[in-house]
Order: sequence, then C-alpha cells, then structure tokens
Amino acid sequence: MTAPLLLVEGLRKRFGGLCATDDLSLAVRPGELHALIGPNGAGKSTAIAQITGEIRPDAGRILFAGRDITRLPPSRRVRRGLSRTFQIVQLLDEATTLENVALAVQAHQGHSFRFWRDARRDERLRQPARQLLLRAGVEAALWEQRTGDLSAGARKQVELAIALAAAPRLLLLDEPMAGLGPSESRAMTETLRGLKGRLAILLVEHDMEAVFALADRVSVLVDGRCIASGEPAEIRADPAVRAAYLTEDEEA
Amino acid sequence: MAEPSRRPRRVSPVLLALPPLLALAIALPWIAEALGTPASTGLATRMAIYAIAASALNLVLGFGGMVSFGHAAFFGLGGYTVGILYAHWSWQEPLWGLIPGTTSLPVTLLAAMAVGGAGAALIGALSLRTRGVQFIMITLAFAQMLFFLFVSLKAYGGDDGLSVRRQGEFPGLSLRDPAQLYWLCLGLLVAWLLLLRRVTRSRFGQVLAGARQSERRLQAIGIAPYPYKLAAFVLSGMGAALAGALMVNYARFVSPDMLAWTKSGELMIMVILGGVGTLMGPVLGAIALVGLEYWLAALTEHWQFVLGPLLLLVVLFARGGLMALLRPGAGA
Repeated sequence: MTAPLLLVEGLRKRFGGLCATDDLSLAVRPGELHALIGPNGAGKSTAIAQITGEIRPDAGRILFAGRDITRLPPSRRVRRGLSRTFQIVQLLDEATTLENVALAVQAHQGHSFRFWRDARRDERLRQPARQLLLRAGVEAALWEQRTGDLSAGARKQVELAIALAAAPRLLLLDEPMAGLGPSESRAMTETLRGLKGRLAILLVEHDMEAVFALADRVSVLVDGRCIASGEPAEIRADPAVRAAYLTEDEEA
Repeated sequence: MAEPSRRPRRVSPVLLALPPLLALAIALPWIAEALGTPASTGLATRMAIYAIAASALNLVLGFGGMVSFGHAAFFGLGGYTVGILYAHWSWQEPLWGLIPGTTSLPVTLLAAMAVGGAGAALIGALSLRTRGVQFIMITLAFAQMLFFLFVSLKAYGGDDGLSVRRQGEFPGLSLRDPAQLYWLCLGLLVAWLLLLRRVTRSRFGQVLAGARQSERRLQAIGIAPYPYKLAAFVLSGMGAALAGALMVNYARFVSPDMLAWTKSGELMIMVILGGVGTLMGPVLGAIALVGLEYWLAALTEHWQFVLGPLLLLVVLFARGGLMALLRPGAGA
C-alpha cells in the first residue's frame, strides 16, 4: 500500500451556524483517479477551496506528498504540484488561448521578474504551450482566438491545458463537465481517460456516467463529511450512499 | 502542426504615423520660432512632461488594473526633491547635515526617481493589500497626507511653495534655452515610452496583464500577484517622479499644488481621454488636455465649462479614448 499523495485529516470549516466541512478525511493515492461526489450542499466546494488554499480550515490538516500544506497560500501549493481547474472557468479573457497557456508555462519556469524580452514571441513559452493544448485536446484553430470568445467546452479544455502546465502530481478538477453538451462531455471524458494513470486526479463531478466510467475510487461527501470511500462498484452498492445520494439524484 | 503560428501583423496607422510625428516634435522649437510663437515650445514641454506622468500612471491603471487616485504624490515627491536639493544648495547647508544640495540635473533627476520609487514602495506595499474602491480611496488618502505634509513644511515655503531660481545643469546642454529643455524632456519621454513598451511585452508585463484580468487565475498557475503589482507600482512612481522633477525645472517653482488630488485627477483624465492600457494613449491624452486647457483658457475665463462636456463626449462616444478613434477598425 503506497503512502497517499494527498491526505486530508479531520478538516473542519464552519460558517456561522453552518458546518460546511465536518471532520472530513480523504486520501488520494499517487496515480489514481479519485472521484469526489455528493449531493448539492454537501460541502464539496468548501472542501475544494480548503485543499487549494483559498479558504483556511478551522481545524485539521492537509498533507501533500507527505508535507503539511494546510497554511500554504494557493500559488505555493500549485508550485508543489497541486494544480486545479475551476467550476466556473477562470481565464484571461482578453488574451488568446495560446497566451493563456504560455503564461502558465512561464509561471512553471520560475519567477517572472524578467522585464526585457518579448514574452509573446518567446518560443520557450509558446512551444510547450502548443504541446499542452494538443494534450488537452484543444483544436489548433482556436489557439489564436481570445478565450473570451470560445465555447464553454473549449474553455474547459483550455483550463485543463493550463492546469497541466504546472506539471502537477495531483490535478484537482472541479466539475469539468459542468455546462458541457453531450458531445463535449464525451470528449472531456476521453481526454481525462488519456491522462489517467500518469498523474493523480481528484475529480469533483455531478455527471455520474463520467464518474463511474473513469474513477478508480469514489468518495462520497454528505453534510461536510465523507460517508463512504471505495471502488465504484462498492459505492454503487453501499446502502448509506444510495440513501443519501443516488436515489435522490434519480428522483431529481 | 507545431509550426510557429504568428498572427498576421497588421501595421497600425498609429505606428506608421510615429516617425513623421517624432520628426515634427523634434523640429517644433524651430517651427515655433519661424511662426513667431516661441511660447509654443514651453507648451510642448509641458505636454511632454505630462505625457511621462500619464504614461507612468497608465502602467498601473491601464496595464495592471490598479486604479491609483494618488499619483500626484509621486509627481510632487519628484518635484520637491528637485526643489529641496536646490534650496539646500542655495543655503549652502546640507540636508540633515548629510546630503549636500545640488543643481546638477542628472543628480536631481535620479534622486527624484529614487524618492518617488521609495514613496511608491511604501504607499504601494500598504495600498495593494486592498482592491477596488478601497484601493482608490487609500491611494487618495496617502496623497492627501503628503499634500498636507508639504503644506506644513514651512522651511520649504509651506503653502507658498519654493522658487527654484537656478536652472538645473545638464552636461552639454544649456537648459536656460527653452528649446534645449524641451528636447531633453522629449528625449526622456521617448526613452520612457520605449522602456514601457519593453516592460509591458515582457514576462513581467504578461503577469501584470494577468493580474488585471483575474488574480484568481494567476494564483492557480502558481503566481502570487502582489510582488509583481508592487514592482509595477514602484516603476510607475519613479516615472511620475521623473515628470515632477522635470516640471519643476520647467516652471522653476514647486508647491503643494503638485500633490493636490486635482492633479491626480488630471493625470487620470489624460489616461482615460487618450486610451487606457495603450502605449500612446496617455501621450495623446496629455497633449489633448494640456492643449485644450491652454487654448480654452485663452478664449474664455470659464474654460472648464467647455472642457467638462468635451471630456464627457470622449468618454461616452469613444470607449477606449482617442486611441480608439484613431483606429476604428481595431475596436476599442
């Protein structure tokens, strides 16, 4: 049994009277695709925000590759190899697709206190950026377009390319299928399948078809705590999970 | 597939117009002489100086998205650096018993930029912890604090300001000649613009543009925006201070008016009027505003009544400022 890459222990976050994260524990092993599911309001977003560092937990700790990152700011976590995408895409909308990815490549290459060379013609940035765009399945025709003009599906793919630029050991995908049409969803599933195994992925997703098609393991979050964690088949059969989540989903 | 994809480079009409315009700008003192309006050289000098200050503000406002409403502070700090160094030179008494006064322009300009940069580092370090309206208000507050500080400094004239009775000396130039002072300002403007062009296109510039668009995105690629924003703020403060130092050399006078909030507003108007986030926009804005003030003031005492609606028209109908009017095809 290998040591977990990401270990969340006893995480707690309270907003006034609401306990958004309640003694949450979670382990993601190196190389696995770990899905985090849960009904609306289960505290997935709050949990993600604490793992990425946007929200500081009240209690508990987060270990990444054996080191405590609980108090590290978001940008430092990324440099340690914990990369993420957003549920609501965050791109530099005035810049082109290629420029967006090139900036992420630049960030990975070290500090940016470089004032002289023209970064927009720097092949040391553009070449790796093109590779990443290919890997994330972004059509070449879109590379010189402003990301503000792209379709929802393309924007999600560009975000994936950007997240990969940090050469992550763990990729945290916050609802990559949200807002995608059926064909875009399938394309994203295929892209993720291609990435699977090369790096660990923590996938937060509502699309059950995608989750059960991709995940090595699934954790179920209900009321801020993890009520079950195991292989997809186990989770499907788990009565507590069915009660809390799957049936409700079918009714809805 | 991996072939370098370049966007087709369309040379903008603005870029094509630059060399002849620069030639015209260089020839301006002779033209003014020939037309019998030597005062135009002084007007052009002020335009060039304000163009430096406005472009400096544009680095943070336009490129970095930091709406500073206190840039007169750095303009004034630069001006007072020149004034105070002159005063101690004339009194034959070192500042704090340590720093000898001087009228050497290279020294005073560099000192002004150092003081402006230090001031910007201090104000920026505190202000940049806030954003949005808070940032606007806190930069304004710091500028007002400096304004009242200089009002209360009776040793340097307080409210009345300080006359600089001796022209700065620059090796190889005679700055008593208005044309030579103008060429110096024009040369520094061109150098400053070339520097800004480099900086905004560099890796640093990409991070700055990223910070304007989405700080969350920058965090998510592993960049903490704060140090980059602060560096831009300091560079901007240095530019504004350089302009302030030149202004005092031109006007031979420095007073707290240079730090007044109305001056911050004027710089902001120049940037918005000319075109936020463009290299030449603030230059156009400075030329337009200084020119309008001059000509309208000659026509009527109530020139601000005319200027106000004119500005309103530009803001309402030319989003992107004068630069957008010059290249309608490219959009705002």
